[in-house]
Formats: sequence, structure tokens, C-alpha cells
Amino acid sequence: MLSFNVLVLVATLYVSFLFAVAFGADWRARRGQLGWLRSPVVYTLSLSIYTTAWTFYGAVGSAARNGLEFLAIYLGPTLVFVGWWWFLRKLVRVGRANRITSIADLLSSRYGKSAFLAVIVTLLAVVGTTPYIALQLQSVSLSFSVFAAAGHSAGSVPSVTGTAFWLAAGLAVFTILFGTRSLDVNERHHGVVTAIAVEAVVKLIALLSVGVFVVWEVASGPSDILARIDAAQIDSASASGSRWITLLILSGAAIICLPRMFQVTVVENSDEGHLATASWAFPLYLLLMSLFVLPIAVVGLAEMPTGSNPDLYVLTLPIAHKREALAMLAFLGGFSSATSMVIVASIALSTMVSNHIVMPVWLRLRRSGAELSGDVRNILIRSRRISIVSVLALGYGYFRFTGGTGALASIGLISFAGVVQVLPALVGGLFWRGATRRGAIVAVLAGFGLWAYTLFLPSFQGRWLMSVETLQNGLFGWTALKPQALFYMQGMDPLVHALIWSLGVNALLFVGVSLLTFPSPLERLQGVQFVNVFAHSTQQGPLAPMSVAADDLLIMAQRIMGHSTALKLFRAAARGQGKGADAMPDPTHEFVAALERELAGTVGAATAHAMVGQLTGGAILSVEDLIAVADETAQIMEHSVQLEANSRELARTARQLQAANEKLTNLSIQKDSFLSQISHELRTPMTSIRAFAEILRESDGLSAAQLRKYSNIILEESIRLTRLLDEILDLSVLENRQVALQKTSGVLCDVIERAIVASRAAPHARALEIRRAPEAEDIALTTDLDRLSQVFINLISNARKYCQNPKPVLRIEPRRNGDLLEVDFIDNGAGIDEQHRSIVFEKFARLSDASAAGSAGLGLAICREIMRNLGGSIEYVPGYNGAAFRVSLPLGTRAAG
Amino acid sequence: MGKHVLVIEDEPNIIEAISYLLRQDGWRVSTHFDGASALQRVFEAAPDLLILDVMLPGRSGFDILRDLREAPQTRELPVLMLTAKGQARDRETAEAIGVSHYMTKPFSNQEILAAARELAG
Repeated sequence: MLSFNVLVLVATLYVSFLFAVAFGADWRARRGQLGWLRSPVVYTLSLSIYTTAWTFYGAVGSAARNGLEFLAIYLGPTLVFVGWWWFLRKLVRVGRANRITSIADLLSSRYGKSAFLAVIVTLLAVVGTTPYIALQLQSVSLSFSVFAAAGHSAGSVPSVTGTAFWLAAGLAVFTILFGTRSLDVNERHHGVVTAIAVEAVVKLIALLSVGVFVVWEVASGPSDILARIDAAQIDSASASGSRWITLLILSGAAIICLPRMFQVTVVENSDEGHLATASWAFPLYLLLMSLFVLPIAVVGLAEMPTGSNPDLYVLTLPIAHKREALAMLAFLGGFSSATSMVIVASIALSTMVSNHIVMPVWLRLRRSGAELSGDVRNILIRSRRISIVSVLALGYGYFRFTGGTGALASIGLISFAGVVQVLPALVGGLFWRGATRRGAIVAVLAGFGLWAYTLFLPSFQGRWLMSVETLQNGLFGWTALKPQALFYMQGMDPLVHALIWSLGVNALLFVGVSLLTFPSPLERLQGVQFVNVFAHSTQQGPLAPMSVAADDLLIMAQRIMGHSTALKLFRAAARGQGKGADAMPDPTHEFVAALERELAGTVGAATAHAMVGQLTGGAILSVEDLIAVADETAQIMEHSVQLEANSRELARTARQLQAANEKLTNLSIQKDSFLSQISHELRTPMTSIRAFAEILRESDGLSAAQLRKYSNIILEESIRLTRLLDEILDLSVLENRQVALQKTSGVLCDVIERAIVASRAAPHARALEIRRAPEAEDIALTTDLDRLSQVFINLISNARKYCQNPKPVLRIEPRRNGDLLEVDFIDNGAGIDEQHRSIVFEKFARLSDASAAGSAGLGLAICREIMRNLGGSIEYVPGYNGAAFRVSLPLGTRAAG
Repeated sequence: MGKHVLVIEDEPNIIEAISYLLRQDGWRVSTHFDGASALQRVFEAAPDLLILDVMLPGRSGFDILRDLREAPQTRELPVLMLTAKGQARDRETAEAIGVSHYMTKPFSNQEILAAARELAG
């Protein structure tokens, strides 16, 4: 049997190996030889910190206790990576575009750089992660003690807590060495990530090896295992549906919200394209990790003595079968799972604690005192190191305090439920511009509180903060406040109960408060940036050190000057430096100074200088200053948007006025020409009347014949005047559609007959032969027959007046054309020239001399208006020898029945 | 033998009235009703006075006057223009092309007689 000392030696060697790997990777990265360090495989393997010691050991334990429940923990992340790939892409894009360092930084940045929100999220992350770190320490200590117990090497066995202490100390050293080695702008740690990738491979090989051993050596192959699974009836112990769904949601959300997962997924991501590989490779990794969980569990249950811890079957099964090398490998697998999680978690937590708690406090303390020392980097690194030690100390302290709990899985789930409280604010922040800082703060606080009250504190079972009394009877004895049956929601799984309450209230408050509160301008700016990240940023590949500052400058310039203006400026600068059109300009002094001048034009010189200084590291600006500046800018933008809207409104009004003016001018021209024509038509008969009236008055020596003749002329011209006035009024009424139609029923034949008789009654009526088709005229119609007759009279009179044929003939040809009555009036004259056809229906469009017509030329204009009023039409029909007019009228038989 | 006046007008009743008035006053009166052939008629008749309507079938009175003023034999011919169009613009047009007198319908009998006498006298 392996001695405990050998185990310690192997573990130390393994750790040294990891140190070497991390050191080598860091060394390569610093020399710019990134190469395979940037491969998507390394990225995917680094994601495997999701599978901690809890999954390495605990999944088997969970399977042994609760059957297939452990699968949900793998399925949740799989669903997210396969189905929510687009969400992760957006998260990574936002993170990279805004140089996000942690999940607290992301939420703070999204919600208007809220320092308070960052502190809350940091605290939540610390509280949620500390038990988890403790869990890892516990699992490694337990595995040590298993070996120690098996090795019977009495005397040299250290206490479990002692192991945990040295482990925590060692991890602190490793994390400090490789996590705070340099302050990378992008917070990327190539050494750590590479070491974790190696550990990911080790734990996978270890678990697969144990699995193969169990299936093919302990049992006799897959069929045996399947038979054992049936016999064990392990699956019948499966969780309830609600718990399954809860676990699925919880683990899916955790892969996004866990600080350490955010660290590797977003912060350490060096190329967005890696997500494409990870979207299938990571689920595959999870599948392989879960492949042998159930076999190991059933074999362990059958082979191991009752009372042995199922969480340790992975370790105890090989030991029981004297497979020392395999046991050692399994130990290293578990060790890898635990250490990689602790390292990344402490990096992520220390970044948050340092950036959002330690540094602000330190800066505030120092502000009143001496000037800031030149090298802020040292202070930052120190603060980061202190934070790492604190986080690990907290984890160790928690472990010591609770003394380790029975089931690994339960601690993991409590931790998950804690960190997913940021989910509504996170998802809302990325997709909903209306999400506000107040909504996020209230939601996270409420979720945090409810989680602590219903799940976290009860997990101490009355030993800390929450008394047994409270746990059993509710706070202050109010049963409605029973932590695990809040408001009488009883009989539920505690986890499901806690998650429904905490996440439900959290999400409701987030939406509700966001809707009720108004985002500040800075929040709005950030919201737009985050929600529309794909519109604002281009995909960023690996960044060269020099272009980092130029990118930052561009982002800032775009926020102030607008996207395209800033881009144009930068492109011009790049061209000026002799670079390609799409390249970024080098941030030379000249360029930065030029940019500052441009920005000064928008936000003022002092502000521009401060903002540029902030980015180039020349000046330190408080967060409040930046917020004030951004608020002002936003107000200016809003104001200019309003001005723009106003000027658009004015332009539209001006256009409308212009159109109205044109219309009026046209109307005025029409009115003038109409008046001029009316005047002419009135003056002409007036002239004759006046002249003859004077003659009659002054000339006594007129013969009786002359007397009669001249009196007749006066009469005739008076009638002409009257008719003209009648026609003008008639036309006016018809044009304004004010005419009251007198609909009566009749037969077409009668209407035509009446029109012919009337046209003959006119003075000086010439002879006109009218050819009719009596059989075709037998059409019943209902319309204003008098008006229709007026049209007919006009057309017949026109033929009488204008047909130049010595023997004028007018043919009247009615026909039915579907529902339409058509009556053609065709004479045997010369017809109307093509050029005049378009104007015959216009007012005063008299084509021949006035005397012959004896009218003002309003006849056809009136006919057209009458037909319009009757719902029909009148048109000139070309193609006949003479003039031909067609009157069309809907018979309305369909409507009338 | 009185002076010869040619009246070019398309309204038969107005021709009737003017003819009666001028004959009473001792004028020899010829009439013509068409615009298109009016110029030819003026050259043939060679009247002492021309009374010309503006709105004539075939050709406008303005056009006829313009041609008359360009022809040597009618350059000095007194022309009395009658119009039913009351606008000032038309009067200006007529004066610009050399009308002798311009009169808006309806006119009084005394007016036209006085104008005719003055122009031909």
C-alpha cells in the first residue's frame, strides 16, 4: 500500500509540474509566443473548472443517493452552450468591448457604472463562493485522509484540518504567483489557464480510468453493469420533476453567473471564435465526465461496506482492489478538480474584491492625505494579493467553522442558487434597454436576502445566525416566515422552494422597478452600448499591445462624436500614418493631441483633456466626474435631438405652406382667367343692348320695321345674357356637387324625344335630320331624367349649330354595355381636330365664332359636370367621320335589383 | 361723300349698331366679320378709319394691327380698337403696337362717334 508520505510526495511533484506549466506558459505569453496558448482547445479545457471536486467525487455520491439527478447538473450547461450560444457570444462581445474584468464589473458598467451595485454583486459572489472553496478544501482533505486510513501509517497522519490549511496556503501562493504576476490590461492569465487545461485533462483521464476499471475489472462488462443498475433500482430514486427542472435551470444559469465561469468564459477569452469550438467540445467533455458516474455508483453501493461515504467511491474502489496507481491517479484527478476551481475562483473574487471594495476604500482614505504615489500598479497588485489571501482564508475559515458537511452536492447547489441571483439583472442588462440601475440593485438585494434566508442560513442548521427556533417556527415565531416554508409554501424541496422565492421575487422586482424608474443618461448610454453591442463593435481578434489604447480612444471618441465621425477621424489618422484604410492609428502624441482637440469641440477642452488623460494614463479622474461629463453629453445630445425634431417640423410646415400657396396661386390664375372670360361674355351682349337702347332713345326717325328689329335685338341679347348667367350658376352648383338630383324612372326613348323637341325650340334653329334606333331606345332607367335630358339637348343643339355639312345628319345610337348605358351622338360634319379634343369640355372652349354658337361655350363643360354628378361620363369618341360624343351612365340594375 | 370706315367685328348685332350710328353720321361703312382674312380686306378697302375688334375668329385683333403697322400703306391708318376684355394689360398691349384709340365694350354711342370723327378728321 502506498504510504502517506509517497502520496504527499506525488502531490508535491504534481503541483511543481503545474507550477512549471504555468511558468512556461506565462514566459511564452510575455515573449509574445502565444501560439497554442490561444487555441480553442485550451479555452474549452479551461471551461472544465465547472466540474470541480464536487462533480469529480460528488456526482457519484449524488448518483448513489438520488439516482439520475446528477445528470441535470451536466445537462444545464450543455443546453446553455448548445442552445444559448448566441447569448454567450453577446456576453463575450460585451465583456471584450468594455474591458470587463468580472461579473460585478459587468453589471456595474451596464447600470451606469454603479459602484454600489458592484459592491453588492461582489459581496454576493464572495458569500456564494466561500462555501464552495471550503468544499474543495474539504474534498482534498478527505481524500488525503482516505489514503492515510488505508496506509495505516500511524503517527505521520496529519489532521484533516491541517491538510486543508496547507492546501489553502499552497493555493494562495500559486494564485498570487500566477494570478497577480502582471497586471494585464485584459486580465488574462495565460499561465493559470494553461495549468488548468492540463488539470482538466488529468481529471478526465482519471475519471475515465476509474470508470473503465470499474466496468471491465470489478464488474464483468457493460451488460453486467446494466444488470446491476436494474438490480440496484437506483433510477427509481430519481428526483421529482420540479427538482429536476430546478436543477436544470440552476446549473444552466450558474455556468453564466458563477464568478469563476465568467472569468474563464469572458475575461480569459482571447478570441470570440473559440466559443464556436467550445459550444460542442465543452458539452462533449461533460458527457465524458458523466459517462461512468452511474456504473461507479452502483458498483460502489454493491461492493463497499455499508456506511462508507459514496462521495469517495472514486477513490475507495481502486484502493479496496489494491490498485494503487489507479487510486493515485484518481486522487490527482480530484486534486486537480479542487485546485483549478479554487485558483480561478480566487482570482475572480480577488479581482472583484480588490477593484470594487479594497481600491475604492484605499483611494478614499488616501485622497485627503498625500498625493497619489506614482505607481498605482504596485498598490493594485498588493490589494489583489491581499484579496486572494482573504478569499482563501475565508474559505478555510468556513471549512473550519462548519467542520465540513456531509454531502458535497448540497453545498454546491446552495452556492449555485446564491450566485444565480444576478441572472435577471445580467440577462436584462444585455437585452433590455429599459433595465435600470435601481431595478438591478433592488432585484439583486432582494434575491440575495431571500436566498440567504431560505437556503443559506438554514444550511447551518441553527448553528449560525439563524436559530433552530427560527428555522422551525419562523422569524419572531411567525409561521408565515418559516424559512423553508415561506408564506405557507409547504411540502416542497427546500432548494426548489428557495429558488422559486428568491429568483421569482428577484425577477419581478427587476422588471417592476425598472419600469417604474427612469435611467440616468449614463445608464442609457451604457444600456445602448450593451444591448446593441453587435451594432457598435466589430469582432475583436487578439489585440496587439499598441492597438489597445487606440481602440479605447475610438470607443470613447465614438461615444462623444458619434460612430461614423469618430471612425472617419481615426481612418484619416491611420492613413496619415501610412497605414491601410481599416487599420487603427498608432496612439502617438500627435494623434492623441489632435483627437483631444476634436473632442474639445464637442465637450469642452477641460473635459476632453480629462477623458483622454483617463485613457492614456496621464490623469486620474473620479468616477463622479466621468458620470457628470457623460450626463452633460447626453443632455446635449438629447437637446440636439429635440432641435432636430423641431427643425424637421418647421421644414414640413414650410413645405405644406408652399404647397398650399401653389394651390392658391393656381386657383387665383384660374379664377382670373374665368373672370376675364365671364367679363367678355357679359360685355358682348351688353354692348348691343346699350347701343340699340341709345339708338331707340335718341333717334325719332326710325321706321316701324327698324323699331321692331332693334327691340328684338335687345330682347335677344337680354335672353342671351340671362342664359349665360344661368349657365354660370348651374356650372358652379354642379362643380361643387351641391346639386340636388331628382331621381325619377323613365324610358330612354322619351328622354331623347323630349331633348329633340326642346332643341328645335331654340331661336334660329337650323334644320337637322336626326336618325334614331327606336328598338334600341327601349331601355328603362332611373336617374335625374331632366339633367340627362339637358345633356342630350346640348349635344343635339351643338350638332345643329356646328355641323358644317350642308345636309346635317345626327345619328343617336343607344346600347347596353353590361351594366352601362351608352348613347352615341354622331353627326356627319368635319368632326373636331385632334388638338382641340382635349379642351372641348373646358369652360369657354368655343372652337368656332361666337355668333354662330350663340352661347358662351359652357355647354359641354356643364354636360361633363352633369354626367359626373349622375355617376357617369361623357367623352369624345374619335374614329367617326363627324363629331361623335358618347354619354355613359351606369344603369344601376344590380344595385336597384 | 363721307369718309370711309371699315368695321371688323364678329358680333352681328354690334356691327348692326355701329353701322347704323356711323351711317347716320354721314360715314360710308363697310363691314367684315373674320380675323383670318381681315388684313387683305383692309388693304383692298383702303378705308379712312378702321374699327377693329380684338377677339375675332381666326386671328386676334392685336396680330392684325401689328401687321398693319408694318405695312407702308397702313402705317398711318387710324385704328379704333374695341374690346370686351376689360383688363388694363390688354390696353397696354394695344398702345404698345400703335393703336390710335382703344375702347372697352360696352361704350356709349356718343363716345364712339366722337372718337371716329376725331381719328378721321
